[in-house]
Amino acid sequence: MNTSVKIAGVKFKNPVTTASGTFGSGMEYSQFVDLSRLGAVTTKGVALTPWTGNDTIRVTEVYGGMLNAIGLQNPGIDVFLDRDVPFLKQYDTKIIVNVCGKTVEEYVGVVEKLSSAPVDMLEINVSCPNVKEGAIAFGQDAKALENITREIKKVAKQPVIMKLSPNVTRIADMARAAEAAGADAISLINTITGMKIDINRRKFVLANKTGGMSGPAIKPVAVRMVYECAQAVKIPIIGMGGIMCAEDAMEFILAGATMVAVGAANFTNPLATVEVIEGIEKYMKEQSVSDINELIGAVK
Amino acid sequence: MQIFEDSALVKCNRLSEGIYEMYLKTKAAEYAKPGQFVMVYPKDSSTILPRPISICEVCEDSLRLVYRVQGKGTREFSLYKEGESVKVLGPLGNGFPVEAGRGKKSILIGGGIGVPPILELAKALKGEDVTVLAGYRNSDLFLDKDFKKQATLEIATEDGSVGVKGNVMDVIREKNIKCDVIYACGPMPMLRAIKKYAEENGITAYISLEERMACGVGACLGCVCKTVKKDAHSHVNNARVCTEGPVFEASEVEI
Repeated sequence: MNTSVKIAGVKFKNPVTTASGTFGSGMEYSQFVDLSRLGAVTTKGVALTPWTGNDTIRVTEVYGGMLNAIGLQNPGIDVFLDRDVPFLKQYDTKIIVNVCGKTVEEYVGVVEKLSSAPVDMLEINVSCPNVKEGAIAFGQDAKALENITREIKKVAKQPVIMKLSPNVTRIADMARAAEAAGADAISLINTITGMKIDINRRKFVLANKTGGMSGPAIKPVAVRMVYECAQAVKIPIIGMGGIMCAEDAMEFILAGATMVAVGAANFTNPLATVEVIEGIEKYMKEQSVSDINELIGAVK
Repeated sequence: MQIFEDSALVKCNRLSEGIYEMYLKTKAAEYAKPGQFVMVYPKDSSTILPRPISICEVCEDSLRLVYRVQGKGTREFSLYKEGESVKVLGPLGNGFPVEAGRGKKSILIGGGIGVPPILELAKALKGEDVTVLAGYRNSDLFLDKDFKKQATLEIATEDGSVGVKGNVMDVIREKNIKCDVIYACGPMPMLRAIKKYAEENGITAYISLEERMACGVGACLGCVCKTVKKDAHSHVNNARVCTEGPVFEASEVEI
């Protein structure tokens, strides 16, 4: 049985990675999950300098999901290169580094610092809904997305994945813009902007007022968007949004995703990633499919 | 050592209005220390996040958790019966520094649903010079009998129905209780008052903070608190309550 997939020349042993921000740099989950089992670890967004993030409350549960407004707290690229990359290199898995910034120059700066690092791919976070300056603007305007993709591609030494926001009118347009500017792959969906109000205190629950919604409740939206993008572009797609189990992952693959990412499910079940991988293998056996690649986009 | 497993609910009770206990038989009990907590995972699939619950007592092969029914998750827990299988992750967090209380005069303060973790600490400091202050809303007390077995217990109630009328700080003033070390868990206004009192009187205070959490293991960065020094993870003065905490020296956090 072959579960390995390829994106931009990088071979992953299976199509399962982690959704950025839900798995740290793998360290925190490594006592429960053998990271070498994973196709890749996608790390928490890293910027050029340390970011403080938003005030608390940063996370809250909603029906079938959660809202988060962390605001991309991170230690900056220098600490990340010294601490997190060597940690992940101990494992037989691929490393996808999620990159964030507030200006094109900041993104480019991080990408340049990563140029000689032993990481496999870069995922560019142009879609975080929780950071005021920049960030999301790149992900909600096709022209801006095209521009930043081009600038990053000029300096990137690793293949580039552009992570798309669902908070747009037509996500396929954004996928096309990323492809036209030379992106090697796209990943989607980032969280859907939401809000929760505490009716007793008559206050917003999150300090940031709005937060990004993730979890099983957003899955149908995510599957639909992956399908629309798969119809629109030829570059590979990493699908995510509410994947709790292997059945959910298979929906994304059938809709056209080459890989999938497990996100909020890590909170619901620290073993979720490995259980999704095992479940995909079981599904392939039951369906008598010998190569996962036969299933990518196979929905009729 | 952190354990993620299906534990067995061996005993459960309602202790007071909205306050419940459950004893979970789990390997996590082997490693648990006072002031640590566990994540308890609801079964209802619409509740995707585990609930952080402080450890009230470490028994031989089980953990005693005492919690308030606050929302959907804890309501589900309160309906469990003996024999229920309950997914649990822990022990998590740093816990109270018990050694700091050896040979010293300590006050152990719990307010509301911050009372439970004080019990295991009182047990660990048994034999030392310890006074427990427990603050409740009204005469719906819980764990008071357990505390009396371990230490001197003073009670404050908001309505004055038992003990001193007011809060735990009123007890300290009224009874003129002196100490070298304070350990505390409870609502933020109480912790702020303790931090101020400790600073004014040159007392070391260890306070256990509560914050909304998603993962419980330091990955999501949801549950941070502002710290005076650079934090271990992001170096931005935002420490993770679940990992660097929940117990902090009061002078090291900005609350």
